[in-house]
Amino acid sequence: MAYDKFKVLKSSAVPLPIENVDTDQIIPARFLKATERKEFGDNLFRDWRYNHDSTPKKDFVLNNPIYSGKILVAGRNFGSGSSREHAAWAIYDYGFRCVVSSFFADIFKGNSINIGILPVQVSEVFLDKIFKAIEADPKVEFEVNLPSQTIRISGSKASPPAGGEGLEGAETFEINGYKKNNLMNGYDDIDYLQNMKNDIQSFAAKSIY
Amino acid sequence: MREICLPSGYNSRILQSRFKIHKMNNTASTLFDKVWGSHVVRKIEDGPDVFFIDRHFIHEVTSPVAFLGLESRKLTVMFPDKTFATADHNTPTVNQHLPVNDPLSARQLKALEANSAKYGISHWGLGNPKNGIVHVVGPENGITLPGMTIVCGDSHTSTHGAFGAIAFGIGTSEVEMVLSSQCIMQPKPKKMRIKVNGRLGKGITPKDVILYIISRLTAAGATGYFVEYAGDVFENMSMEGRMTVCNMSIEMGARGGMIAPDETTFAYIKNKDKAPKGQEWDKALAYWKTLKTDEGAGFDLEYDFNASDIEPMITYGTNPGMGIGITKHIPVAQGAAGSKASYEKSLGYMGFHEDEAMLGKKVDYVFIGSCTNGRIEDFRAFASIIKGRKKAEHVTAWVVPGSHVVEQQIKEEGILDILTEAGFQLRQPGCSACLAMNDDKIPAGKYAVSTSNRNFEGRQGPGARTMLASPLVAAAAAVTGVVTDPRDLIA
Repeated sequence: MAYDKFKVLKSSAVPLPIENVDTDQIIPARFLKATERKEFGDNLFRDWRYNHDSTPKKDFVLNNPIYSGKILVAGRNFGSGSSREHAAWAIYDYGFRCVVSSFFADIFKGNSINIGILPVQVSEVFLDKIFKAIEADPKVEFEVNLPSQTIRISGSKASPPAGGEGLEGAETFEINGYKKNNLMNGYDDIDYLQNMKNDIQSFAAKSIY
Repeated sequence: MREICLPSGYNSRILQSRFKIHKMNNTASTLFDKVWGSHVVRKIEDGPDVFFIDRHFIHEVTSPVAFLGLESRKLTVMFPDKTFATADHNTPTVNQHLPVNDPLSARQLKALEANSAKYGISHWGLGNPKNGIVHVVGPENGITLPGMTIVCGDSHTSTHGAFGAIAFGIGTSEVEMVLSSQCIMQPKPKKMRIKVNGRLGKGITPKDVILYIISRLTAAGATGYFVEYAGDVFENMSMEGRMTVCNMSIEMGARGGMIAPDETTFAYIKNKDKAPKGQEWDKALAYWKTLKTDEGAGFDLEYDFNASDIEPMITYGTNPGMGIGITKHIPVAQGAAGSKASYEKSLGYMGFHEDEAMLGKKVDYVFIGSCTNGRIEDFRAFASIIKGRKKAEHVTAWVVPGSHVVEQQIKEEGILDILTEAGFQLRQPGCSACLAMNDDKIPAGKYAVSTSNRNFEGRQGPGARTMLASPLVAAAAAVTGVVTDPRDLIA
């Protein structure tokens, strides 16, 4: 499915300072019954966001009008558990384009990149700094720059040092060159694989299975 | 009694100090290297490997959007004979002969059937004698073999690593990749080896071994790694037990876990429906015997544990790393403020408190089944405790075989009689209350001892409180109605 190209994102952020947010919280299994990719955003964080009678829970961050933006900032080990890509769909369809955490579960990270969400892994220290910045000013803007692989808290003029960490206001993040190119241009792996089918065919011919 | 333990998800210095970096021997390879290396079609510079997949399992929940993707791109399935479909996640476990009540579930099951028929994929739907949970039926039918690469849109695909295969869960975009090109694009994970040596005590099962390992590494302790399990304990374990262990690799963040194939593996596979036969078998066997880690091969991280330190385990929190020996007390929160708050949120959800004993806690529901503990050995273990006893009156028990083959074995071995005598009913195969997509939901606020793999908030139903444990602990809870040490009930 085509997704928005990702270059530079400037946005305020929604804070979720909870660790080990698993994909069952992002989207519970009972909402996985669709046969099309539609309306998953409505059920993002369903059981944290809504009461059993479907009224919104006032204390959950997505129901607090003070917070908004295309960036979700979460505690460490975000996206653990089930491989359901529905979790990434729910986040994308809700309107987020970037998730920031100090640690991501592998399958979630891969699924996110495949559908056009940029997972930005930062240090614990910088994550804490981001949470504090949002606490001080819920409208504070962040700049996520994919070409330069930098995340910056708005108002900070400082450039990140070569090592990435430790400087006030900004930090670099990692992503491999191939995936970066995909996200910046809206490409996907399926196109790439279609272009090497002959190689795959000859590889398969030698397989003992 | 306070046990020093860190809230899960927190990687302690103590744990990190345990790892050793080996001197690399350049010619020696690990089991993982051998299988990975033989499946790389192309290496992309500063990118992932194009990785060939030998077997692909699909089910009704994570495949429909992948098939829609194929259609919108006008692609077809490249090797339909390498993909196998079974319905399991969203199926009822009673009255499977009747039409499925929930229209959404029924539509998903129909979509799987129609897509399989359209592209020539073998499909074991509801009612088919080969139907069951994907990670139970694959090995049962000899589809899973040593040295293979196996994927499925399900994180517990790691189960198949028990056969010395590289097996892991993928997302729906990747399901579409495998259907259309038999490949996915994966960076090679780092390598971890976990050794458990010594002898397991009475009443200690493979489930306790893996829950113990996860409790030591935490729920994120193996993220970025592929695990090889080695040592006496795994060498002496049955294939069913090895599957239970590899199944839960994902619960510490590992993409998968594997165990070198040996005589136990070969004996299990021989004569299975789709296993090689005759000369093909001999040829395959000769290759499979080379699938082990060479002396001196390097791992990025290694852990060593003693079998004698392992007790029957139970979880007290909302991720599988939050487990303790059943006789222990719930740990007291430690670590940074954020970690502490998450830990307290977790205990709050469970309605538990720091320093409380687990023994004696009231149990409302018991679930035995799932891809973790839904095989014949699990039901034999369960029956060994309930035999001659009665189900506690206030406990609701769901006994769900992993497949029709397991269901048949339960009947043939007389386990059904033991269950019936003790007041239990046998349901029909499926994932059931493990993820509660069907009607098998634990009600809000109720406590369940479950042999499944995840104790996340709401996993077994909105508001449900899950304690993960072995079939023996589940049986002990079912007959006493409280958390009980199964060793007290073993003759």
